[in-house]
Amino acid sequence: MSIIQPYGDTTGDGMVQLSFTLPVPHDKRAEGAAVQLANKMGMDPALVVHSKPIGDDFTFFVVYGPVNHLVDTSKVEVIERDYPLLSPKEVNLAIRKGLRRRLTVVGACIGTDAHTVGIDAILNIKGFAGEKGLEYYRELKVVNLGAQVAVPELVRRAKADKADAILVSQVVTQREAHVLNTKEMSAAFREAYAEDARPVLVAGGPRFTEQMAAELGVDRVFGRGTTPGEVASYLVDALVTKKVPAKRSA
Amino acid sequence: MKKLDLDPVTVRKARSLARKAGKPIVNLAQQHTTVSVERAVLRLAGLTGADTEGIPWVNRLADTVRADVGLEHGLALPVWDALIRGEAEDLTVLAQKAASGSVTFRMPEGRDAVRARTAARKMAAAGMKRIDGRRRERDRLIKRHGDPKQRPWIYLIVATGDIYEDIPQAQAAAREGADIIAVIRSTGQSLLDYVPEGATREGFAGTYATQENFRLMRAALDETSKELGRYVRLTNYASGLCMPEIATLAGLERLDMMLNDSMYGILFRDINPIRTFVDQRFSRQIHARAGIIINTGEDNYLTTADAVEAAHTVTVSQLLNEYFAKEAGLEDWQLGLGHAFEINPDLPDSFRMELAHAMLARQLFPNAPLKWMPPTRHMTGDVFRGYLLDGFFNLVGAMTGQGILLVGMMTEAVVTPWISDRDLALQNVRYVLGAAGNLHEDFRPEPNGFIAQRARQVLGESVELLEEIVDDGLLNAIGDGTFGLMKRPQDAGRGLDGVARKSPEYYNPAIELLEEGTR
Repeated sequence: MSIIQPYGDTTGDGMVQLSFTLPVPHDKRAEGAAVQLANKMGMDPALVVHSKPIGDDFTFFVVYGPVNHLVDTSKVEVIERDYPLLSPKEVNLAIRKGLRRRLTVVGACIGTDAHTVGIDAILNIKGFAGEKGLEYYRELKVVNLGAQVAVPELVRRAKADKADAILVSQVVTQREAHVLNTKEMSAAFREAYAEDARPVLVAGGPRFTEQMAAELGVDRVFGRGTTPGEVASYLVDALVTKKVPAKRSA
Repeated sequence: MKKLDLDPVTVRKARSLARKAGKPIVNLAQQHTTVSVERAVLRLAGLTGADTEGIPWVNRLADTVRADVGLEHGLALPVWDALIRGEAEDLTVLAQKAASGSVTFRMPEGRDAVRARTAARKMAAAGMKRIDGRRRERDRLIKRHGDPKQRPWIYLIVATGDIYEDIPQAQAAAREGADIIAVIRSTGQSLLDYVPEGATREGFAGTYATQENFRLMRAALDETSKELGRYVRLTNYASGLCMPEIATLAGLERLDMMLNDSMYGILFRDINPIRTFVDQRFSRQIHARAGIIINTGEDNYLTTADAVEAAHTVTVSQLLNEYFAKEAGLEDWQLGLGHAFEINPDLPDSFRMELAHAMLARQLFPNAPLKWMPPTRHMTGDVFRGYLLDGFFNLVGAMTGQGILLVGMMTEAVVTPWISDRDLALQNVRYVLGAAGNLHEDFRPEPNGFIAQRARQVLGESVELLEEIVDDGLLNAIGDGTFGLMKRPQDAGRGLDGVARKSPEYYNPAIELLEEGTR
């Protein structure tokens, strides 16, 4: 059966619970407004089981009731990411088993960009959105070069540290600086390495979209809201699972 | 309050080991200076403002002086020598001239050096007097409006990125019951080697710490304190590369509490260990003088390491933080030593272990207003379960007499708190404090029961770890990944290029005044 309804205590009862705050003082009119909102959301009848003032200008509600919507599970579209999302433990295990050494990530903010917010959110142990950064992963060796790193310096450090992956972040977008800097970076790596020995190149920043990878000459682009776990999972997929590009054993 | 039968000899041993581990670090800190310590002197002397690119004048001036004569002598002598030589009428003009390259600095000698020293000391003393005045003002306002009626004090966070949004939110939070308002900083500020200038409206997941933002928020909370008849405290962060300057600004603008951990920047921000310890000592001396309560960051260890296995690293860090704090002149009432409720709730007896750890901290530091931090790591997005967990967190806080309670949000890891989240969280706190706030009067753990044994075990492990640290040296221990699993060698990390070993000619009037310590 692909047509379903929420379940409270009887099949087909459609019961849901809902809580929200309205920016109005707590009175009868506020309760009526809460019922009206719940009705518009498809809850009918809507039962306001709790309402409480928050200060003088707000009211909090808890509402129960059946919704008249049906959902068709056969019509649910799932957008699959092309790599599996792994927990830090799974990332570490995959690297230990698949690579038998630590995976080296060199990160930097290149060009004149001094905004390390992005790269730090991904690399620093402090992390982002409740996830620890890549430094937290035992099997990842993280070299964070920080801000305003020149491309030749980045290439030199990548070679010195035998980098498996390069992460660059770009926040400043004046005069397309983020695009130009990233292109310069990818060109430099392609020149300095044979294609099958080149580290995986990853660019990130709020103004990038995932579709820009080819234009930028990198292997992967991460946009706004990317979490460290996503980056780590991608690196495992690219460098351990798929082994693309093929790496010399180090 | 002595509920755990801890062996006083072991406790004394733990403290003396912490002193042994910390002493070499203090020596190291005394032998070095940093760009931010030196810039703090300029801020104390009243240099404010920034150039058109937003780079503060203190940075422009410090960079030029450093390029001309180096950092190792301190900035005071070359700067005030230039003023005495008539290069500029005041510090701002001197900084502008320095930035444009129209003044050259030198190290004064003989009588010139004496004159520069006297002038520098006079200006720094004027700044110190302002900080002292701010402290007296706080004492006066607390007397007038009163302290919170209950312990723990209730600590709430605002973080919109825009100081003009933060202000009404902070005032609303205080009206709802917050005793302490913390303004979270923008992500990445800790790694800026300058303090941004002016009122700011754009930040990433937080609001920049600037002198003007401090002033605006303190003024707003002064209004609210008056309205509520209770002094509402303001908290910010003295951490990262500009810790000494931010501490100074906090003193000048009467902030009441500052997050200020001895090792956080090293471990979690990869800031060079020597840079951190030098900056730390100066900032704590300022906090001591300004009557600011520090909050240390032990809770962070438990977000990366396991809260049961790493329980003793929290105790060790608290002991080290206590040593460094007292060495810098802070008193017990100023030590908001941190710890957190982060044990996996699926573990059997997790609550009893939390209770044991919290009681251990309470008994080891009986006169410190411990800062008790809510669960974050095991908040899953299931807000109902999270609400229960926060209730148990509050219960431990009530049962163990914590000084500062950071209110846990059931929507931790989901959204930045909504108005209703905050209201529900405060109801949770009020219910627990009202229902069980005096439970500590009745509660005595069995002398040889689970809780007492667990506390003794953690203390024992702490002593063992401290012994290792003393043998190995604290800097090496940090390099080996003893805390929070992070390995931070002393010759690496951010900000190392801003450290210099003091020369025999070194002079810093702020440090001189702080160490004389007379107010």
